[in-house]
Amino acid sequence: MSHQDHLARRYRRERVFIFCGRASVLLALLFLGVLLFSLAQLGWRTLLAASIQLEVPLPAAVVNADGTASPLKYQKLIRQALRAQFPAVQTRGEKKALYQLLSFQAALKTRQAVLDSPEVINSTMTIDLPVSSIAERYLKGGIDTALPANQRGITDAQIQWLDTLREQERTRVHFNFGFFTQADSRDAEAAGIGGALVGSFYTLLIAFLLSFPIGLAAAIYLEMFAARNRWFDWIEININNLAAVPSVIFGLLGLAVFINLIGVPRSSPLLGGIVLSLMTLPTIIIASRAALKSVSPSLLIGAMGLGATRMQGVLHHTLPAAMPGILTGTIIGMAGALGETAPLLMIGMVSFISDIPAGFTDAATALPVQIFLWADSPERGFAERSAAGILVLLAFLLAMNLIAIILRNKLRVKL
Amino acid sequence: MALSLAATLLAMLVAAAVVVARSPTHSSASASSLSFGGYAAVLVAAGSVIIFVLAAALSATPLSPATIMGGQYFLLVAITVAAVCRTRSLQRQGYRVRRGYESLILWACMAAAGIAVLVTIGIIASVIFESLQFFTHISPVDFLFGLQWSPQVAIREEQVGASGQFGFIPLLVGTLLISCIAVGIAMPMGLLSAIYLSEFANRRTREWVKPTLEVLAGIPTIVYGFFAVVILSPLLVEMGRGIGVGIAAENALAAGLVMGVMLIPFIASLSEDAFHAVPEALRAGGLGLGSTRFETMTQIILPAALPGVVASFLLAFSRAIGETMIVVMAAGISAQLSVNPLAAVTTITVQIVALLTGDQEFDDPKTLAAFALGLALFVMTLLFNFFALRIVQKYQKRYE
Repeated sequence: MSHQDHLARRYRRERVFIFCGRASVLLALLFLGVLLFSLAQLGWRTLLAASIQLEVPLPAAVVNADGTASPLKYQKLIRQALRAQFPAVQTRGEKKALYQLLSFQAALKTRQAVLDSPEVINSTMTIDLPVSSIAERYLKGGIDTALPANQRGITDAQIQWLDTLREQERTRVHFNFGFFTQADSRDAEAAGIGGALVGSFYTLLIAFLLSFPIGLAAAIYLEMFAARNRWFDWIEININNLAAVPSVIFGLLGLAVFINLIGVPRSSPLLGGIVLSLMTLPTIIIASRAALKSVSPSLLIGAMGLGATRMQGVLHHTLPAAMPGILTGTIIGMAGALGETAPLLMIGMVSFISDIPAGFTDAATALPVQIFLWADSPERGFAERSAAGILVLLAFLLAMNLIAIILRNKLRVKL
Repeated sequence: MALSLAATLLAMLVAAAVVVARSPTHSSASASSLSFGGYAAVLVAAGSVIIFVLAAALSATPLSPATIMGGQYFLLVAITVAAVCRTRSLQRQGYRVRRGYESLILWACMAAAGIAVLVTIGIIASVIFESLQFFTHISPVDFLFGLQWSPQVAIREEQVGASGQFGFIPLLVGTLLISCIAVGIAMPMGLLSAIYLSEFANRRTREWVKPTLEVLAGIPTIVYGFFAVVILSPLLVEMGRGIGVGIAAENALAAGLVMGVMLIPFIASLSEDAFHAVPEALRAGGLGLGSTRFETMTQIILPAALPGVVASFLLAFSRAIGETMIVVMAAGISAQLSVNPLAAVTTITVQIVALLTGDQEFDDPKTLAAFALGLALFVMTLLFNFFALRIVQKYQKRYE
């Protein structure tokens, strides 16, 4: 009996253990699910934008004959047009609440429209005007009206006005193209990731141009040519350690060497690209060496037996066979560089930049840094933009990883 | 800058054109076409130099060292690419000429490997140099054993505490606290997942669970930080209020929890490698003598793979110490000497970022302090990594 009991206990222990293993895997997957779901829930509304259609009279006396009056004048006209919809609004406080529905971007948009087609001056223009952050959230259904007024950030009167406008079919909710084309802004409803995307693109381009050739050449030398001696061991340990150095340290390097010593312009994609390339270099070298190592040496030996030099054998036979692995490693390294934030904070890519960078030496910011900047803001509109930015970032990373997988499968040379 | 870039792009285009022109079908045509590649290589190099010099001469302001170095780099790449093309066209040509091109390529490759070493030297040199300057302001003893960290700027000269307090201990304690929470979560979960997936799960489960877990490792740390501060932290504070425990809005727990989840796939994949390195004979022997799979795992494979598991622990700890964005967003900024996971603590990396964000003066102890912290961080992670690699290397040899 004791033997039977003992065996049962041993198997019970195994089942408990399997349960624990399964639970920890499930917990990790659950966390991933919660993470993605909550980000999507917070961010998806940013992909939509709302506007109000108004008829704005544009007398030349106010906007000048060519429409060059200041945006403040336009703002006044728009406010009058809005008030014309609600004649009952009289007191100062009510008026102020009403005006809060529209964004200042509305004045800028109207002005631009007038400048583009001056013939509308002295007539009335019907135009879709961007609404303020809070009105936008209400129109997109992001506010729970059951909450008490002081917790939802929008007053009963404002809700009523927006409902009236909606009944008149003046409100419109549409895809938010502006989020992808505009740069950062002080107004949450006008802030976009366009500038950050361009900045990230320039930064990654520099990082790729630097780290891919250097990483590839270093891997070829180390794997195919270097003598296995003490120096080689030393370089190998060095590269392995470099791969594990915290990313902030690379920021320190960028600051001390590239800004102070060499004078690369601060905050520029050029500097960001250099720093990120140094960071991805070990990844690319390690991946490329693994890819070169996995190619059968008989290929090289065969080529050399037919009279090719070692260099020819490597460049014409081993390297093409290893290319899928090398490219996969490079793309994964680049994906890491795209998501990297810490070193960029220290080389000044963290300031408020409302222009889209035009070149490699302009002040710029990158997508993850933009997310960081918005996440720090206390305004809820910015937190939503931040979550939407994360969704875009994750989409890019997913695309890069898919490309890596496809490349690996497509380019696999049949040996 | 734009011009030199254009020049090098042009050079690369020409190099590419050479490759196309030298496709094998044409290579047997004539002697003149054979030498085309060589001329092209020279032209590419000379053309880049000419355009580069022109750019330098034409631009009103003198070229910055960055531009010159950039131009030189792209020039070198262009020449190497041209030389690679040349080895293709020289297959039937003189031994000595080919040798020349090949040694050029080899030198370029060696230089590239040298850059990887230069990066390390650059890191060590810059961190040590600035730290030495810092230690002329603050004594190393005060830094290493000081219990106060408050690097505020003095508004007036001779203000009390004008130089700030640069005691390292509160930062070290905060860093270790958060890292311990993170590794305390990641180690059991990562190890259990690895054992379950490699020994007990069936193949189909493993095939889709493993890549999904790897997704956790691919998510940028800024995303974890955002999740910790915007979603997890308010939740914890709410829960704390529910059971009557005061939790700071920025607390070590949220940062540690999220960092722990980030490290799960890291530990899982490293320890799985360690399990795989254990010879199959040990596993088969254990099962053959009648032990259950669980007993084989815990009493035979785990002890055999222990060095690898310890190495994964060390590497995870080193990652946790150096992790920046999660703690910058979710942990606090004011340095308190506390081991309470519900309070706001700060870490080395948070302080480095905080000291260096914004404009810096390079003679200010505040800026230099960041480099001293960087040195401490570098030494700590280096030690962890070094021991982890040593353990792995020693252990690999045992079964080879």
